[in-house]
Order: sequence, then structure tokens, then C-alpha cells
Amino acid sequence: MRERFTLLDPTAEREPVKRARRAPPESLDGRTVALLDIGKARGDVFLAQLGVRLAEHGVSVRHYAKPTNTKVAPATLAQSIATECDLVVEALSD
Amino acid sequence: MTPGETLVVVLKRDCPTCQLVVPVCAQLAESAALSVYTQDDPAFPEGLPGVLDDGTLEASWRLRVETVPTLLRLEDGREAARAEGWHRGEWETVSGVRGLGPALPPEQPGCGSMSVDPGMAEVLEVRYGDPPMRSRHIEALEPDDPIEICYQRGWSDGLPVVPPTPERVLRMLRGTTRDPHEVIGQVPPDLGQCTVEKVAVNAVLAGCRPEYLPVVLAVVEAALAPAFCMHGLLCTTHFASPVIIVNGPIAKRIGMNSGVNALGQGNRANATIGRALQLLVRNVGGGIPGGIDRATLGTPAKYTLCFAEDESDADWQPLAQARGVPAGRSAVTLVSGGEIVGCFDQRSREAPSLTASLAATLNVAGHPKKVRAHDAVLVLSPEHYRVYQQASWDRARIVEELQRATERDGAELVCGAGGIAEGMPESLIGTRHPKFRDGGLQLVRAGGQAGLMSAIIVGWAATGERGIEPVTQEIGT
Repeated sequence: MRERFTLLDPTAEREPVKRARRAPPESLDGRTVALLDIGKARGDVFLAQLGVRLAEHGVSVRHYAKPTNTKVAPATLAQSIATECDLVVEALSD
Repeated sequence: MTPGETLVVVLKRDCPTCQLVVPVCAQLAESAALSVYTQDDPAFPEGLPGVLDDGTLEASWRLRVETVPTLLRLEDGREAARAEGWHRGEWETVSGVRGLGPALPPEQPGCGSMSVDPGMAEVLEVRYGDPPMRSRHIEALEPDDPIEICYQRGWSDGLPVVPPTPERVLRMLRGTTRDPHEVIGQVPPDLGQCTVEKVAVNAVLAGCRPEYLPVVLAVVEAALAPAFCMHGLLCTTHFASPVIIVNGPIAKRIGMNSGVNALGQGNRANATIGRALQLLVRNVGGGIPGGIDRATLGTPAKYTLCFAEDESDADWQPLAQARGVPAGRSAVTLVSGGEIVGCFDQRSREAPSLTASLAATLNVAGHPKKVRAHDAVLVLSPEHYRVYQQASWDRARIVEELQRATERDGAELVCGAGGIAEGMPESLIGTRHPKFRDGGLQLVRAGGQAGLMSAIIVGWAATGERGIEPVTQEIGT
């Protein structure tokens, strides 16, 4: 005899929506690139150098920084980047 | 008896009083519409017409029978009167029949109904009632092993879990007065919505008893407080993980350990309350090692690290009181930690010597040259505490003296000093620095009576505005 049993799901039962990745732009001409320092060691050095190289190619850059690497970016920071820039480069780790 | 009225008697053979009232049931059957339910033996009572088998206990549960024998008078199917055990006067009032059981004693108490045997109430409510749980049902057939199903679905921390059956979850929810559907918060990293019910499901998985649930709920509330920075603590490459310290009368009530081996294994409440938080972060939050959890080495504390403070000395101010919780109340304090560094000092009998000794050990926390980086908890054992007690040093004095004793010249701490590239910025040269930021060193009493040693639980390096703050949360009901 096979008894049926039931378990209750301990998860949040989320069904995340899968979104397709946006296609990268054909060119950086006329676009503004956000350089986001998330607060990891030497991320600022990497981004400064990248900013110099992009500027040499005539690309407009804007620098941003998270208050701390340990917490998610404030919504206002994400909104500023979305409003003012077309692409973002993050320095994720040291 | 009038039309529409019926009598119901619920019995079990394994009850002397039920056997006693069999002749009374026969009397009632002669003069009224009578149904007799029998819980444990459909052949009992012999020779009586209309005996109904209640082996499933459905009728007993629906009639809310707690004692056998129980006599009920129903009017149009609704209960109008009830008598429990045997009491001639009550049975005559309920039934309206005089002269019942003339050979019986006037009264005799009954026995417990099988429908209220330990654990049975929840089984019957799940089977026949409308339990409040809304979590998705995962159905399976024996001989599939429920523990293996929990592993396959990724609900375990690596150790076996207790399968969260609806009966166990309902039993767990009886441990709190809170609404199962109340939202506690969003658990990082996925910000999964966490209800009281989800906490209960994970508390079952962890092996908690229902009376631990109010503690687990307070732990989850503290962990989700923005100041605790649970997202970052989970993500970090560092060793740190939540550490739970329980204060107040609830610790004794639920049998927590603050004594021998307080930081170790063997106590169910200590082990499972800490584990419940870890499993909740995994299951509701989606915090999986190798996924968002990027710990380089991790720590055994990521299974559980939870203990109670020793509050046996009335002169000692417990941690929760030091953090603003009124005396006599119960609370949890969450800090970060994982590495445990021992300080064995078996010779210091004076407070200054012990302080210098402990300070030397505290200074290695995280890295010997890092200051105002890692927080720590110093767990003072009874024998070390006695040294301070004899010197009349209280909590504030001990912390102040330890901070002073950890001070070092910046020249010893900067990068390159001592031939070690790691260190603090050059700007520290010419200044002196204590090991911990203000509020970065917590003091707790715990441990067995024997042993001149204390423990340092080293916390995460990201503290204060840029990381974590200890969070204290009062325990509710």
C-alpha cells in the first residue's frame, strides 16, 4: 500500500520573470557611459583608468559611487544613472 | 425527547468509565434516538444496536469531544447539551431520561478522548478541518523518503531536515499568537516575502519545537532590520554569519544552554533556533552557498550559532538590558560572527592582568594590524568573570578597560610594519588606536563553571554605516 504524504513548500514560491538581455549598442557614439564604483578595493583605480581611455575615444563618461559595497545601491542612485546615462560599467570586485 | 432531538455517546473500550456506562447506553437506546461512537474497537460495546465505528476519530473531532464517555443532546443536528465522564444527574438532565444506571456510583470521571491525544488535534484538523496554511503542497507517495525529497528540492543545509508536513507546521504555528499570514519582511537576497507561516515551515525543517517559534520570529525580525545588513552579510567572502544571543526568562523556559559547552552542540533549542534562520535565508531568501553566498571558506557557524547568556549573577547586567530592554523581558541580540578565538589564561587573578591578556587575544581578531574594522563578542566564562567580580568591575568598566588595553601605536599597524604588507593607512603613524570602534565590542557571560578561558567571536569587518550594527529585538508571543 502506497500512502500519499504532503510537504509544505518552505520557499517564497517565487516565479521570477525571465527577461532577455538587452542587445549591446553598435557604437558608443553620442552615448554617455556611467562608471559605477561599488566600493570594492581599487575599483576606483580601474574605473578612473577606463574613464580616461573612453574619453580618449570621445565617449562621454559620468562617475558614480555606492555608499558602501555591503548594501544594495540606493534607488535614487539607480534612477540617476538610468536618467543620465545609456550604459553602465561596474567594478565588481578587487 | 422531541422530534429532531437525538442523543450521541462517544466511548472507547480502553476506558473503565466507558465500560461502566454500557448499561446506561442500553437504557437510553430504549427511550431515545441514540448513536454510539466507539473510538478504539468497533465491537465495543457488545450487544448495543447502532454502534458506529469512529476509528478515524472524525466524529469525535467534529463533536469536539475531549473526554470519554461524552453524552451529547443534538437538536436538529446542533449541540444543545453535553455531559462528560459519568455523572448521573448530568446524564439525566442532558438525556431527559430518569433513573439512569441505578446500580452505578453517582459519578466517576472519564478518560481522555483519543481525538485529543498528543499531536492528534493537528492531524485531525488537517484531515477534516480548514487549517490556515497557504504554502504550496508538495505531494509524494511512499516509499519515497520525505527527507530525501527535502534534499532533492534543495531545502537542506546539508544535514537532514524534519519534513514539513502540514500537521507539523500547524503544530508549530500553535507556538505563537501571531496570524500565520502576517508578513514579517522580505528576506535577502531575493527579497522573498516572509510570513509567520514561512518562518514556521522553516522552523519545522530546522527541528524546532513550537515553543521556540516566538524566539525564531524575533530572530528573523532582527535579521531583516536594515541595520543588520543581512544581504551583505550573506554575500561576503568573509567568515561572518549571524550569531544569536538570547536573554531573559524565555531562555530557561525553553531549556536553552548558557552553561557547559554553550557554544557547542547538544542543546536542541540552541541548535535549531540558529539553524531556522539559516534555512529561512536559504529557502525564502534564496541565499545559497556558491550562489549569492560567496564565503571564501565559510564557518561552521553557518549551520547555527545561538546561545543564551548566563544571567545567574544578579549583579551582572545582561546584554539585552545593556542594550535597552527592560529587566524581566526576553530578547534576542544578533551580531555577526563565525570565527571563535579562545583565550586561555590560567594564571591571571587580578583584573588588570586578565584585561591585558584578553586584550592581546582580542587584537588578533580579523588581522592583528586591523583596528576599528571587525566587531567582536567576548564570551566571559564563569572563572574569568570571577576575577572581574572580585575587582567589582561591571560591564561598562570591563569594556572600557579592554578598549584601553588594546590601544597600540599607529606605527605598529600601518602597511609594511613588521614586514607585513597588510595593515592600516600611513596616516595612522603618530596616533594610538583601540582595536574596536565605539560599540564594536559586546560582552556576554556563558560557559561551564570549570575553565579559566574565554571565547572571542570575531565579527564581520564591515561595520556601522558601511555594514552591520548589532540588533536587539524583544521576543513576543
